[in-house]
Amino acid sequence: MADNPNPDLDLPETEAPATKPKKKGVKRRIFLAGSALLVGGGIFGVWWTDSSVKAKAKSLTVGDGEHGFNTWMKIAEDDTVTLYSPHIDFGQGSHTALGQMLADELDAAWDKVKVEQAPADLAFANAALAKGFLPTMVGETVAGLLPDAIIGMMARSMPLQITGGSSAIRFTGEVGMRKTGAAVRAALIAEAADRLGVPESELTTSDSVVTHANSGRSLRYGELAAGAAERSLSSDPVLKTREQWKLIGKPVPRRDIPAKVDGSAVYGIDFTLPDMRVATIAAAPVRGGKLESVDEAPALAVKGVEKVVKLDDAVIVIAKGYWQAQKGLAALSPKFTDGGHAAVSTPAIYAAQDKLRQTAEKPDNEGGEGDVDAAFATVGAQVVEAEYRVPFLHHAMMEPFAMTGHFKDGTLTLWGGMQDPLSTRTKAAAAAGLEVDQVVFNPMIMGGGFGRRFPDLVEIIDQVALLAKQVPYPVKLVWSREEEVRHGTYRPQSSAGLKASLQSGQITAMRMDYVQSGNAEGEVPFIYNIPATSRRHFAYQSNQIDGPWRSVNATQIGFYTESFMDELAAAAGEDPYQFRRKHLPDGSRHRAALDEVAKRSGWGTPLPEGVGRGIAIVESFDTIVAEVVEVTLKDDGSPKVLNAFAVVDCGTAINPLNAEAQIMGGLIMGLSSAIGEQVTLDKGAVQQSNFTDYPILKLADAPPKVDVIFIASGAKTGGIGEPGLPPASPALANALAALTGKRIRTLPLLTQAKA
Amino acid sequence: MAIAFSVNGKPVSVEADADTPLLWALRDDLGMTGTKFGCGVAACGACSVHVDGSLTRSCSVPLSDIAGKAVTTIEGLKAADGTLHKVQQAWIDAQVPQCGYCQSGQIMAAVALIEKVGTPTDSQIDEAMTNICRCGTYPRIRTAILAATGAAAQVGDA
Repeated sequence: MADNPNPDLDLPETEAPATKPKKKGVKRRIFLAGSALLVGGGIFGVWWTDSSVKAKAKSLTVGDGEHGFNTWMKIAEDDTVTLYSPHIDFGQGSHTALGQMLADELDAAWDKVKVEQAPADLAFANAALAKGFLPTMVGETVAGLLPDAIIGMMARSMPLQITGGSSAIRFTGEVGMRKTGAAVRAALIAEAADRLGVPESELTTSDSVVTHANSGRSLRYGELAAGAAERSLSSDPVLKTREQWKLIGKPVPRRDIPAKVDGSAVYGIDFTLPDMRVATIAAAPVRGGKLESVDEAPALAVKGVEKVVKLDDAVIVIAKGYWQAQKGLAALSPKFTDGGHAAVSTPAIYAAQDKLRQTAEKPDNEGGEGDVDAAFATVGAQVVEAEYRVPFLHHAMMEPFAMTGHFKDGTLTLWGGMQDPLSTRTKAAAAAGLEVDQVVFNPMIMGGGFGRRFPDLVEIIDQVALLAKQVPYPVKLVWSREEEVRHGTYRPQSSAGLKASLQSGQITAMRMDYVQSGNAEGEVPFIYNIPATSRRHFAYQSNQIDGPWRSVNATQIGFYTESFMDELAAAAGEDPYQFRRKHLPDGSRHRAALDEVAKRSGWGTPLPEGVGRGIAIVESFDTIVAEVVEVTLKDDGSPKVLNAFAVVDCGTAINPLNAEAQIMGGLIMGLSSAIGEQVTLDKGAVQQSNFTDYPILKLADAPPKVDVIFIASGAKTGGIGEPGLPPASPALANALAALTGKRIRTLPLLTQAKA
Repeated sequence: MAIAFSVNGKPVSVEADADTPLLWALRDDLGMTGTKFGCGVAACGACSVHVDGSLTRSCSVPLSDIAGKAVTTIEGLKAADGTLHKVQQAWIDAQVPQCGYCQSGQIMAAVALIEKVGTPTDSQIDEAMTNICRCGTYPRIRTAILAATGAAAQVGDA
């Protein structure tokens, strides 16, 4: 994947992202490259020139009615169909699922379909993604599509090649892949009709062959490809119905897995070049600090060390290999400033957040409806209040950051794994003082990401760009795990005060005041039927960089609201499932998911001594997930989850086998974070350093089995990579409260549940 | 100094300092990148290999301890004819990997467990499988280990 999958490919004319395209709108290109037919569609000339959201949205609508070919595929004469995915795959399995969607509409034989990573080039920018995100930007449609954080990054990184927001399938797949497959299939049929001299209506397609049953004649896609490529493609092709699907919704094995069981998959950290050196880095321990001074001699005295490079806020050691670089770095005693952040600590941040929430004249953002204050003041109202806190979280992708750079003949070439290949180029160019077309980026597969690899927030791009310009040889910069833990772009430390009023067991009003850097309104839909609601965001920024962390704001907002729903049920003296149920609209998908998880988990049935059960439901990224966990306490008072159930309504699970894995993994990551994960600060610096003091849940403490059930509602396709995570932490906290009678409102849970 | 040992049955000699961890000799000197760097402090298991048949976290073993020994890595599990080890095949059948980065180590740990106990119980799996997977593939790891020993049905059969 590192290499251009087809170096001889005659790629569409490219425009460097820094250059404004001459024409807006859709340009469709079909051309022949070698023996391969390349159907290049939807080269959307999208460029956001106006800062206002409305203008951005307008420019996106230029292509309206002409959509369809926003991805790239080619058909070779041997029938091989190659799809270039504009999304990276860092383990979420979307390459296979996107291939399924395209191949199903195309009626291509699955064993002849290949999915490759699209090159980091403007021609492969993902207009389907922009279209998918568009409704959020113009505010036309359901709330909760997209985090502000992601929209911001999108705007900055247009044209898009981003992976995030659980967007690959619901946007790129639904808007792009299916339509492309259907339109190309129609062109192949039209070509076959002409060649065979029969009406199109007499032709059928299957397994990459067009057949005329009446005459017994048939033509392979590979034979038709060149001619079909000359035809204009329908921008509004007829899609298959659910009953006609052969691949969509089927448990197709993932294509990337065989190379991941025999050691042959090459990740960014594995990449090598002849004469390459390896470097490692220590940045200022306090985020915002600068490098004051460093004596290079001790590092240079280490065998194998070749050079010490000083950056504004970091020191880098270059050596023959990683081990020598690490030894050289350890020999140094660099002096860093604290950037004026010496007073920053975890307790100080919570204290400042509490003060802001209690004394701010007005919130920074607001949502909700009705008059909550009037409801709270109503005579006879039972008012319940609670405060919650969640810490900074580290992404802990298993592959530490690594990126290779080589500056030669005026071109900077990079190899590594990022969630947006295009903006990786832009960022590297800016850091190195180059034009974007002087930077080549080769996307590699990634050992996880979980939100950590958005180029806007990734320092290693700048570091490699600066480093590569100073040395004549290729250099791979590898972060140690310690560097990774201490210099994250964490899930924000956040806190909230919730208040609600109850009348005869019904919630009459609910307010959530939350403090964190970013606004979550519009991202995590409030799902309950309550007459008056208020959500108020108070913006607080520490010296840390808050980043998107798998499921973004839905983790903490889900924890707040779903913990509080249990507290309200307790105040009303009702069962947490039934209490939620009666506040969800009759006949709603939410209620159906909740009912299903209660049924599957045997809600209400007796549990063994020492076991508690908890429930939670959160909607995020257009997918509704209800979870039940059963928990017991270990001897040290920490929780151990024995069983877990997840009911998922994502409309359609494109690949149920992979979707199950995503939900399962999200749930376990949610449990892991709730049980033991926290990044804490003292004197402005992160106190944790490695997996020894940032514990990730291990197999023995994960539920042995997670029952994942999909509700095939047929609703708009939702995301799958993130939505499994948010209900996990409140379901666990609720189960512990059920078990011990003690409500834990500050994460991580650690041993707080101990009697 | 040159340190001699064998990797996947082939004799090798690495010119490196005696304190160089086996992991970096494999990755940087021998170019065998299937064994992964995760933490450097033997906490995550991504670097797991077998040394004279024993499961070993290669990031924390100096080459001086490896001299004369037989190292098996993920690249060495396949049979000479390319047939996958039954544990590798079980990993594919159960669709275990997501990002896949920790899976070399997970597979090496599972192979060591099965070689030691044959068909492991759930609690033996709990005890032996201490490698970290951030993607949360643990339930499928368990399924695959049991399937490799013929003890349970595979994912998707239900």
